[in-house]
Amino acid sequence: MQGTCHCIKENEMAETHRGGKGRQKREKVIRIVFFCIALASITTLALIVVFLFMEGLPIFAKVSVNDFIFGKYWYPTAEPPDFGIFPLIMASLSVTAVASLISIPLGVLTALYLAEVASARVREWVKPIVELLAALPSVVIGFFGMVIVAPFLQEILDIPTGLNLFNAALMLAFMSIPTICSISEDAIFSVPTELKEASLALGATHWETIARVIIPASISGISTAVILGMSRAIGETMVVLMVAGGATLIPTSLFDPVRPMPASIVAEMAEAPFRSDHYYALFATGIVLFAFTLLFNLVADHIAHKYRQVGAATL
Amino acid sequence: MRLKGSIIFALAITLCFVANLVWAGNIVIKGSTTVLPIAQKVAEVYMKANPDVRISISGGGSGNGMKALIDGSTDIADSSRFIKAKEVNLAVDKGRFPVPFAVAYDCIVPVVHPSNSMTNLTLTQLKAIYKGEVKNWKDLGGPDRKIVVVSRDTSSGTYEVWETKVMKKERVYPGALLQASNGAVVQVVSKNKNAIGYIGLGYLDASAKALSVNGITGSAETTLNGTYPISRPLYMFTAGWPKGDTLNFINFVIHPQKGQKYVADAGYVPLY
Repeated sequence: MQGTCHCIKENEMAETHRGGKGRQKREKVIRIVFFCIALASITTLALIVVFLFMEGLPIFAKVSVNDFIFGKYWYPTAEPPDFGIFPLIMASLSVTAVASLISIPLGVLTALYLAEVASARVREWVKPIVELLAALPSVVIGFFGMVIVAPFLQEILDIPTGLNLFNAALMLAFMSIPTICSISEDAIFSVPTELKEASLALGATHWETIARVIIPASISGISTAVILGMSRAIGETMVVLMVAGGATLIPTSLFDPVRPMPASIVAEMAEAPFRSDHYYALFATGIVLFAFTLLFNLVADHIAHKYRQVGAATL
Repeated sequence: MRLKGSIIFALAITLCFVANLVWAGNIVIKGSTTVLPIAQKVAEVYMKANPDVRISISGGGSGNGMKALIDGSTDIADSSRFIKAKEVNLAVDKGRFPVPFAVAYDCIVPVVHPSNSMTNLTLTQLKAIYKGEVKNWKDLGGPDRKIVVVSRDTSSGTYEVWETKVMKKERVYPGALLQASNGAVVQVVSKNKNAIGYIGLGYLDASAKALSVNGITGSAETTLNGTYPISRPLYMFTAGWPKGDTLNFINFVIHPQKGQKYVADAGYVPLY
């Protein structure tokens, strides 16, 4: 340890002697290296997007964009084939919406409890456990939904099948709660103490402080959390493949089986002949899915900027 | 001098590798995921008996196998259907003449929950169920419960058989639950007393109950004598009459005491 320190000191001294020219050069090299590293991940993303569009766009030579997105029938291997992904889009949206209805209240309230109400000891225990939910592999959650939840729902509610929209939404809610909870908790926790103290000093109760000061101050963080949780739900593949049922119907009830976009892509890609219309159609479905997650991220970014809490009232 | 030496050394090593590739037998098999388990099982045994032969197997679907056969990137193309006229023309244009070898039979049986009282359905009834015309077990003489139709993804080989033999090219209605594998169908049917699905004979176990079709029970015997209506042969195609290791392997696969023993293990009906 001492030896290394010595070395560095010697180097620095040598450089000062050389008038800092070598040092400047080194700085430049480091800057270029970091720039390249940053560029590498952006390039990868760009290449994936280019590839996605290259493999997906050819389908629109056969089917119009309108027929593809609003077509009601998905029979990719029939003669003649039908490439309408409207039921798949509706399935993805409805599953995500129902999942959000369950996960947003649970996630945000848990975060509020952990950040504001719970004692330090409880927080130390509960937070890692909630975050552990995120560590559960999606295939395990899917299997749980398929083998345990599906027969249970079927028996209790007396419905034809337990593999349906509701079951999938429930499983997805499980998966997005940790994301929502963890990010919201960080946002709530980072509300400046001065704001809270000022509110309490003015005579507000703890509850009033939470509702009128803490939540408004952290709303941008909470919104970001919610939207990231939703984009996790819409892009999730394994769970919806296993528990959503897989019927290409436009859902009319909470207990209809559905087939969200990722499930369709993953189930059919392996058997779709390379560069066939079916293959292109699956990539085009990927483009639509990408558009949705991109939209979610843009909205999250926008909210994070627009409602950012600026400054704190300190002396 | 040193440079020259290292070039010669590199060349020698490359030559060794090339020679190895040429002399050691190498068989490439591509195609149908339905035939894949047979190819895998038999290839394992074959490679154990002939350690100098290397067999590489990949799935990708019957269509992909045929494409590989046409462009010469595989020795054997597995297929769950007979070659199409268009594919024959493409192959012949490239000077390759596809030769089919039937290696096994696939027999698809309709399955229901073990508690279901049904024992037999006709092809017409099955078609009506899968078209979504008959929606209640009551209409088929069962209890008053909604039928939950379980089908396979439209690109699977098993679906193809169902589509040609049962649906007669008509479409399975969109409300059917599409599952990605035989195993998933068994899983769903065994957990749902309203469900009906279909699987390869080899995947049948006690957790689901097989129905007879038109009064004929699906079995190895009824498949081979042609009376069971929902079955098909599975093929391996070669480009031209096979030679060398490929010929030996094909012979091994269709040998009643060798390869065919493993066909039943893979869940299919052996040729003999």
